[in-house]
Amino acid sequence: MTKYITVIGLEVHAELKTKSKAFCSCSTEFGSAPNTHVCPVCLGMPGALPVLNKQVVEFAIRAGLALNCDIQKYNKFDRKNYFYPDLAKSYQISQWEEPICLGGHIDINVDGQKKCIGVTRIHMEEDAGKLVHSGATISTSDSSAVDYNRAGVPLIEIVSEPDMRSAEEARAYLENLKAILEYTDVCDCKMQEGSLRCDANISIMPEGAKEFGTRAEIKNLNSFRALVRAVEYEVERQKEILEDGGHVVQETRTWDDANGVTLSMRSKEEAHDYRYFPEPDLVPVQLDDAWIERVRAELPELPTQRQARLVAEHGLPEYDASQIVASKAMAEYYDEAVKTAKDAKGVSNWLLGDVSAYMNNEGITIADFKVTPAHLAELVNLTKDGVLSSKLAKKVFAEMLKEDKSPKALVKELGLEQVSDEGAILKLVEETLAENPQSVADYKAGKDRAIGFLVGQIMKKSRGKANPGMVQKMLKEKMQ
Amino acid sequence: MKVTAEDVQHIATLSRLNVPESELELFTEQFNQILGYADILQKVDTEGIEPTPYVLPICNAFREDVAKPGVTHEAAMMNAPAVHNDGFKVPRVIE
Repeated sequence: MTKYITVIGLEVHAELKTKSKAFCSCSTEFGSAPNTHVCPVCLGMPGALPVLNKQVVEFAIRAGLALNCDIQKYNKFDRKNYFYPDLAKSYQISQWEEPICLGGHIDINVDGQKKCIGVTRIHMEEDAGKLVHSGATISTSDSSAVDYNRAGVPLIEIVSEPDMRSAEEARAYLENLKAILEYTDVCDCKMQEGSLRCDANISIMPEGAKEFGTRAEIKNLNSFRALVRAVEYEVERQKEILEDGGHVVQETRTWDDANGVTLSMRSKEEAHDYRYFPEPDLVPVQLDDAWIERVRAELPELPTQRQARLVAEHGLPEYDASQIVASKAMAEYYDEAVKTAKDAKGVSNWLLGDVSAYMNNEGITIADFKVTPAHLAELVNLTKDGVLSSKLAKKVFAEMLKEDKSPKALVKELGLEQVSDEGAILKLVEETLAENPQSVADYKAGKDRAIGFLVGQIMKKSRGKANPGMVQKMLKEKMQ
Repeated sequence: MKVTAEDVQHIATLSRLNVPESELELFTEQFNQILGYADILQKVDTEGIEPTPYVLPICNAFREDVAKPGVTHEAAMMNAPAVHNDGFKVPRVIE
């Protein structure tokens, strides 16, 4: 059987975090009532003229520098023409021939294999409006209602080279790109709200082939999981076609998440005849070194730098550090907690363990996580200082999720302090030894296991609060 | 460059225009006349001259990122042929 190589390139659209739209002053606020952030410019009224938002250029430069691109000092806008009701003007203002950024890269790491994925270009453009279909899907709808609040919201489109060879590589690229966009604060990267969207160009070719196969462009990938599933599905679909002696058709397909399939979006053959031409209503952008260098100097710490810092300064394992820095909010939470925590690895263990498990379960992110970094640090310290056993710490954590109280207060309230008082433990040890002469005899006869039973009895008596290390030590001393 | 009747039909489709069969020949001829003028311009020697998408010596016309109210919802919907759920109602979007 022929072995095939998968070739993937991604086109990622990121909505920029500006207050106003790209070419008019309407608000970019998400979730408002339909058609309330609109004006003659974004409604495409004849005679209305666009004026470029300076912050859009600033953000595009920042993202470009963070993605190792060459910033193009001279760049300009073009019109991309197509008829679709999400665009009132019947064209989208975009950058075609002279985009603002060229030639960057993102490093990824999949199963310990490092790889550099090329970024072909980044261009600035405007978002389209939102269509709400009357039926359950686009194909079963008789009509749609258009909301132009999103029309004109600034986007950058980041186009990768076809450098990825597996769904996991595509996922790693998208994860790293998302982290960089979050760190540079140019996009809030909420995939479920559509502020970060991904299209994938997927093709396969027989091993050893010199030319790529015909690609399909998959749209509507609004989660990492959707991206991975769509790549896997599409590779199998294309394999079947080739093995049956057929040809893959170059087309746009949409990902149907509910059914786990990609579907052809039967469009007219002219659909891709965009007839780009220079946008006559906007003047070109000419950047000087001072602007670019100021943005470079102001670049924040990026995920890879932060990861290196957590390893070097806090002694975290590479894996822990990479997981923590993957989300900016998580990394900030960690940094805040570590300020007062006596054990950095302890903070990491909580965040990647119980905290992540809880958030996954609740379907929330760290931004909605109620326990403060200071309280989590306090919990780590209580364990580190031997006040709480790890088992009781979990119990306290469960309480912290329910009410906003400090772990110290909860330990008191629940009477959970680990008993490390020698006199108190000695009393329990003596009681237990007197009640279990058989176990004592067994231990003395060389049955080491008997001590486990005795420790268990004492923990039970203390309702889990006795310091297990001390119990063990004192039992041994007494039975010598 | 010679424009054919098929080219005219293609451009008409892209422009969402209905061109009756009877007028195709006329339009094809007119297209070719217009492009004939362009052919004359094509003969000018432009060796060493940068493309000039803009004739004005201006760049960087920016606005600051400040949000301002646009038009009211009612005003925005005044031109809508049909309204549904506060949106512009449009017919089925795919074939």
